[in-house]
Amino acid sequence: MKLALVVQRYGLDINGGAELHARYIAERLARHAEIEVLTTCARDYVSWKNELPPGLDRVNGVPVRRFPVANERDTLLFARRSEIVFEQPHSLDDELAWLEAEGPTCPALVSHVTRHAADFDFLIVFTYRYYLAYHVIRAVPSKALLVPTAERDPAVGLTIFGPIFRGVRALMYNSPEERAMIQAVSNNEHVPAVVVGVGSEIPSKAQPQRFRQKYGIEGPFAIYVGRIDRNKGCQELFDWFEAYLRADDGALSLVLVGQSLLPIPRHPRIRHLGFLDDTDKFDAIAASELLIMPSYFESLSMVALEAWGLGRPVLANGACDVLKGQCIRSRAGLYYESAAEFVETLRTLERTAWLSSTLGRNGQRFYRAQYDWPVIEQKYLGMLAALSDAPASAVEPVADRGERRRRVCAAATVVLKDLPRGWANNDRQQDVTPPQFAGRMASAPQAEPGPAKETLSADRSTRGANHL
Amino acid sequence: MADFSIRADSVDVEQIMEQIRARIREKRGVDYTEQEIRELATAKLEKFLDPKGLRSDLLERFRQAPPADDPASRPNYAFEENTLFESHRGALRVIRRLLRPLLKLFFNPSPLIQALNIQAQLNAINARTESVRRGSDEIHYELMHNLVIETTRMAIEVKNLKMKVESLTGRLEFNERRARALESVVAYRSPEPGLVEPVPVSETRAAAVQGEAPTMAGGREAEGPGQRSRRRRRRRGRRSNVPAASLMSVDAGTPSAEALTSTGESSAGAASDASAGSDAGHRGDDEGHADADEP
Repeated sequence: MKLALVVQRYGLDINGGAELHARYIAERLARHAEIEVLTTCARDYVSWKNELPPGLDRVNGVPVRRFPVANERDTLLFARRSEIVFEQPHSLDDELAWLEAEGPTCPALVSHVTRHAADFDFLIVFTYRYYLAYHVIRAVPSKALLVPTAERDPAVGLTIFGPIFRGVRALMYNSPEERAMIQAVSNNEHVPAVVVGVGSEIPSKAQPQRFRQKYGIEGPFAIYVGRIDRNKGCQELFDWFEAYLRADDGALSLVLVGQSLLPIPRHPRIRHLGFLDDTDKFDAIAASELLIMPSYFESLSMVALEAWGLGRPVLANGACDVLKGQCIRSRAGLYYESAAEFVETLRTLERTAWLSSTLGRNGQRFYRAQYDWPVIEQKYLGMLAALSDAPASAVEPVADRGERRRRVCAAATVVLKDLPRGWANNDRQQDVTPPQFAGRMASAPQAEPGPAKETLSADRSTRGANHL
Repeated sequence: MADFSIRADSVDVEQIMEQIRARIREKRGVDYTEQEIRELATAKLEKFLDPKGLRSDLLERFRQAPPADDPASRPNYAFEENTLFESHRGALRVIRRLLRPLLKLFFNPSPLIQALNIQAQLNAINARTESVRRGSDEIHYELMHNLVIETTRMAIEVKNLKMKVESLTGRLEFNERRARALESVVAYRSPEPGLVEPVPVSETRAAAVQGEAPTMAGGREAEGPGQRSRRRRRRRGRRSNVPAASLMSVDAGTPSAEALTSTGESSAGAASDASAGSDAGHRGDDEGHADADEP
């Protein structure tokens, strides 16, 4: 089987969530199929400036073909067009202009895909919202599998993406919440889809002591890993952690790992370590009492999965449906929706050792059952195999010029507001698969099931009540 | 921090969150700051003025209402007898005056003039009234706001006081139970060798007055300690059917009340651990006191 993986950026030093996700998937699928990555020469997701040489490259043994971006992003133009499509009634032409402004505008890659479509069995396309995903799927819908990596942001409410979600060959979701949101916005329940997510290269034996010695960190601490940015909920994290510190009865410190775009509060119990390599990052998570995820928008938090893989509980922002859903389904984390809840949940995790360790154990089980690489690979391969036998799909044609100019599209924020909220219950929605797929996937675990009822009742009957 | 219980390994995150929220609500009853009270009061006021419940945008209108203005600044007109025939052009004014009798042949303008004159006066009165009302609206709003703040504060205080009363009631009940249990310990404490059995003060006084061995009021002979304690137990039993042991916390290893009753044992005696040193003595019945208390 020959596969192409289309993604906006690709490289060892590119650590954006979707890009890292794409690299992991490419490297894993390369063990089972012939795969080529098609990407741009850009490294920066804001400017899309061509920084890497075009042509064939090889990253961790995977062939990568880079194409130059035609135009760098004009941020002012992009902001203006975003304002139009997100906030006002607008036309399809406005949305297409927004897509051009967002970029990365790379017609060379699209024409390469069109010319060489016959060379590939399938294309795995990452991140629905970019120019590449839209045009590549329009070029070869019958071979395109989309990994949407959609967050609950206004872009999902744009009208141009409806035909993409409905016309793609299959969808590989990151979470049941993402699936529910996209199905609600595009009515694409008939499209084969599975909740997959992504695994991680978690070391079998992390060394917490090594981290403590290297960075001189003593005592219990909570950790945040990721870009330290207001958009990631970090300002709120600082304010509320300071409230926890003011309460004067907690012993936890806060350790921040990642590049900072915000001023870090000066407090002896708040430490910023900057960017860490993977070894130190995993050691740090293993040394921590818990991981805090304050982000409002996530399609899948890889760092939360890594914390669970290392047996650490997660304290997540309950306003993010995906994180809340993951905490509830995995039984491996708590969530907060206010300052008081943040302080109280932090205290509970700090003081209730059995709860903390039970959540950690549940997290490890959840990770192994749902996000271990064999499980992820099996889901991809199963879907690809099933699609080989299934009839091809077609994307709806683009509207004619007159239709495209009519201002009939509602503001994307209004569309987003009407979408269902809350974490998705597994009982309500299931993966949609082609008939052949069901048999092939019989041995693979289903998407994020909760513990079986029998197990629960057995637990209840055999264990006494514990007090927090 | 023992306020909620969860079963290990079948952790229900939503249940834990519910319990955490309940604990926060509980704490909130005690820990409101002035700022929080004000926020709460504002929220309640907004709720009270909820568009769904009352009129739409009432609160906004309250807030946006302009301050009381000067009635004189409101637009009005003066309407006098000659207003209809006034003109800034002298010639026109003269012609109108000349033709006025002719006009009055066709209709009577006087009622119209009177009506418009009255309307002008009403406008002026209305402007004054409106100005006064707007001033009082501000006061009403402020008053209502203060009332809501005070009511919120009172509600919180009431809640706190209720909690205190509950706490004090609990303590009082505990102390009563403790007192009863301690009484029973004193009652059952058997005399140590060489020591005289403590005699109740009233009986001692009676003996001193009569100058003889203490006797019962009915002239009966003095009772032994076992008899007295049996009678006390009977009296206590009549007062309350609840055995003292059941009121006190009983260790898992302590024999049940039924078991103790079947051997003639007083459950109160069994539960009293204050006399741990003489515990063996308490296990026997009253008749057994003497034997058990032997060194």
